[in-house]
Amino acid sequence: MSGFSVEVRDLTVRYPAWRRPATTALDGLSLTLEPGRLHGLLGRNGSGKTTLLSVLAAFRRPTAGAVLVDGEDPWENARVMSGVCLVRESGDVQGEVRLRDTVRLLEQVRPTFDRSFAESLMDTFELDPRATPTSLSRGKRSAFGVVVGLASRAPLTLLDEVHLGMDAPSRYAFYDALLADYVEHPRTVVLSSHLIDEVQRMLEHVVVLDRGRVLLADDADDLRASGTSVVGPDTAVDAFVAGRRVLSRRSLGRTVQVTVFGRLAPDDVAAASAAGLELGPVDLQDLFVDLTAKEGVR
Amino acid sequence: MFDGRDPIYLQIADRIRGDVLSGALAGEEQVMSTTQYATTFRINPATAAKAFALLVDEGVLYKRRGIGMFVSPDAREHLLTARRERFFVEVVDPVAAEAAVLGVPVDAVVERLRSGYAARATAATTTTTAPHEEGDPR
Repeated sequence: MSGFSVEVRDLTVRYPAWRRPATTALDGLSLTLEPGRLHGLLGRNGSGKTTLLSVLAAFRRPTAGAVLVDGEDPWENARVMSGVCLVRESGDVQGEVRLRDTVRLLEQVRPTFDRSFAESLMDTFELDPRATPTSLSRGKRSAFGVVVGLASRAPLTLLDEVHLGMDAPSRYAFYDALLADYVEHPRTVVLSSHLIDEVQRMLEHVVVLDRGRVLLADDADDLRASGTSVVGPDTAVDAFVAGRRVLSRRSLGRTVQVTVFGRLAPDDVAAASAAGLELGPVDLQDLFVDLTAKEGVR
Repeated sequence: MFDGRDPIYLQIADRIRGDVLSGALAGEEQVMSTTQYATTFRINPATAAKAFALLVDEGVLYKRRGIGMFVSPDAREHLLTARRERFFVEVVDPVAAEAAVLGVPVDAVVERLRSGYAARATAATTTTTAPHEEGDPR
């Protein structure tokens, strides 16, 4: 099994009618996730990441639009659901049940669950199998969420900021375990995270959500190459960036630095150099900030 | 490592080319698998595979079915020729331009090159220098 595909068309989710005004969490969102890849889901707080993942995992029903997971609607669909695993930051496990009992239960209900892998991961994260999640620190509870998410080996594995509560060494242990196991057992993984710098190199495909819609969906490498910083005298910079999509502009006296979005052709690079402009990279984190910052927030 | 301007697969390809040029990877030697690359450097395996595909196209690496990727016997010669062709355009010309802007006399530049070259040539015969000196891959 190389993983489930995901197809989302015009998905809208509004939160319950009794809340006024109703919140539109997802607003006509369309998206395709290729099977067997490691996808990153990025977006600011409230951009709709968790709502989208909850719909894919059939935790929540769409208000409008269609969702296909492995070609079928996941809602009340036993075949699809046994292959989808969503872990949120809370860990999504029962708080008063010992970790080893949760692991035994998962082994019963999830056809792809690997108990010995779960046990070795618990060892890595120094989790006592006799402990209960409520007795654990936030970081350890998150780590157990990671254990559940990875050891489930679900064809569609959705990890929603699972690792945010973990300290840096544990997060890196998580990244190592995720990559090693993903290589051995390819499947579709969606990793949502705020820690863009840490995760960007592991991702093959990146989706950026903004206010309930897809702002960008592209190969991670292409996305990294799509922002350019242009530095030089104001008149020369302004002439060069005219007609391009400008994400940010900072000036220091007569020198300005502008971030433009969109690939530069070799001719553009030559023109910039002839005009005495300096071109530089924009890392994914900065690009993300510039693309999703609201006017005045930046 | 792998955080410059270029896409990561180009950086990986560059690193392997560098290893071939320095002799760290000899002709007919097996290179790390995409799996090993991905887990060692925490990068997506598809990214590593893309780098290998590029190097196969260039003739630096070749694939032995079912075994893995190997360095082509004449890879180092090819790379040296290509690098020498680019050396003056990409390395020397910018130095000349910068020296002109700063008003550094050309004789001073030549003298510096000469002494640096001599020191390198001596060092190269006595020790094998590491091709890369980056820190922790994290």
